[in-house]
Amino acid sequence: MVLAAPRSAPLEEALGEGSPIVVLDRVSLAFDDKVILKNISFTLLKGHTKIILGASGSGKSTILKLILGLLKPDAGVIWVNGERVDGMTELEMMKVRADLGMVFQEGALFDSLTVAENVGYKLFEESDMPRADVRQRVDEILGFIGLDDHVDRTPAELSGGQRRRVAIARAMAAKPRLLLYDEPTTGLDPITAITVDNEIVKLRDIENVSSILVTHQLRDAFFVATHEAVHDAAGRLQVVPAGLDKAEEAEFIMLKDGEIAFEGHAAELRATSDSYLKTFLS
Amino acid sequence: MTALVVSLVKSGLLEIQEYMRLQGQTMRGIVSRPFYFRDVVEQFEEIGIGSLTVVLLTGFFTGAVLALQTGITLDQFGARPFVGRLISASMIKELGPVLTGLMLAGRVGSGIAAELGSMVVTDQINALRALGTDPVRKLVVPRVLAGVFMAPVLTVVANTVGIIGGWLIAVYQLRVASSLYWTSVVEGLFLQDAWMGLIKPFFLGFAIVTIGCHVGLRTHGGTQGVGRSTTNAVVASSVAVIAVDFFVTRVLITLLY
Ligand SMILES: Nc1ncnc2c1ncn2[C@@H]1O[C@H](COP(=O)(O)OP(=O)(O)OP(=O)(O)O)[C@@H](O)[C@H]1O
Ligand SMILES: [Mg+2]
Repeated sequence: MVLAAPRSAPLEEALGEGSPIVVLDRVSLAFDDKVILKNISFTLLKGHTKIILGASGSGKSTILKLILGLLKPDAGVIWVNGERVDGMTELEMMKVRADLGMVFQEGALFDSLTVAENVGYKLFEESDMPRADVRQRVDEILGFIGLDDHVDRTPAELSGGQRRRVAIARAMAAKPRLLLYDEPTTGLDPITAITVDNEIVKLRDIENVSSILVTHQLRDAFFVATHEAVHDAAGRLQVVPAGLDKAEEAEFIMLKDGEIAFEGHAAELRATSDSYLKTFLS
Repeated sequence: MTALVVSLVKSGLLEIQEYMRLQGQTMRGIVSRPFYFRDVVEQFEEIGIGSLTVVLLTGFFTGAVLALQTGITLDQFGARPFVGRLISASMIKELGPVLTGLMLAGRVGSGIAAELGSMVVTDQINALRALGTDPVRKLVVPRVLAGVFMAPVLTVVANTVGIIGGWLIAVYQLRVASSLYWTSVVEGLFLQDAWMGLIKPFFLGFAIVTIGCHVGLRTHGGTQGVGRSTTNAVVASSVAVIAVDFFVTRVLITLLY
């Protein structure tokens, strides 16, 4: 694997805590003649959450694919984890992706592999981690999403919600620093959805994973935006309603007609007077 | 009208350019790391062992029908005992490679296009890339290696059962003595022919598999697109088998004879 030039100490520091991990600057993209994104700009800081809302077909999944380098923008600049990724070759992109995880909208599980092989794919195929450790990590994460007794099944033998949970487990398994969730809770029952939301919150607050969450489920969006994970007096991990400062670390973006129609925190979104937003929220 | 022609030519050229690019990436994937060994083994089994039945059946019946037909023709010259010679020559030089190629185009070309195509439309290819895997190394390289090395092996199998099929007809239908048939088979074999029969399937296997991969990876438009890709892959690789066979034969004749 080709590695980029090592970073100098000052640069490493500038890219540390509180610095941007994803920056989109006037990004535009059209498929054939159809303009999907026009001059989209936003910044995600390390350890923060960006929640992207928008009608079906408004370009939410497209934004995630641009960040992953699966699509290239027609115009604009994209920075991920301190690297400029628009224009990168596929080979250079692989190094950036090493620190990224993505939950695809339809799961995109590999049909030919079992649940355990799917979840452990990155560790097993693209890392030097010993097999026993991979197995342990897979068991751990499958236990967490409640699929321990399905390890040897293939995706075809799972329900839609179970497949989605496997997809989430696969994205989390290699402990990336940036996680992109494309509708992770759609089609899940409320209990499992809350489990997933809790995990997103825990990864963010305990492991300092930055996240971009695309969702239609407003309840989950607000839950993630307004909760935080803390250790209680007994040292146990708890997800509790977040304080004001913490809640400001989650920002909503609303896409409409290829542009950002709203950008702001949960409280601002709730208080909006915009009629389109109101219809969307109700 | 001209606009239509121009756009057709353009998309044709683009297709060829993409196909060439895939071949370049495949070559690079073969000679450099990472190399997915387990997938290579899996594909050898899938393409090699998996195609055995169909190749055995086609080879056998081709040899048998060849014996029946040439028996009639040879009778006109009173040359029935030479039936073995005709069978071995035509099987090894031409029919073995081409028929095996066509069978592989139907079974392997379509299978690859359908599998890779559905991986494209369900975002599995994107998921591979997101997880840090180059789909060409993981999916294309193992299939190309398996296709290139298994096609000659399967061709030899087809030739062998074809000659056995011919032998059954020669002995039980044409009443040619068994020993006479086998002497005649050996007499019909020239070293050049054997080379010709062994070299051709390498190229045919390469063409079939690379076309299947190329068409599969360029699938778009959901499940309908997968169906379209599968059909296109079979048509294109079948035509390619015949065409590549012609050109390779042309070159080999100058080189070998
Ligand atoms: N490969 C493609 N070729 C052509 N058009 C595409 C392609 N991918 C997406 N589109 C179009 O781009 C637009 C945005 O797609 P995208 O998948 O980003 O929507 P989305 O916001 O994620 O919608 P949903 O909420 O339904 O998932 C859609 O109108 C879609 O038709
Ligand atoms: Mg989407």
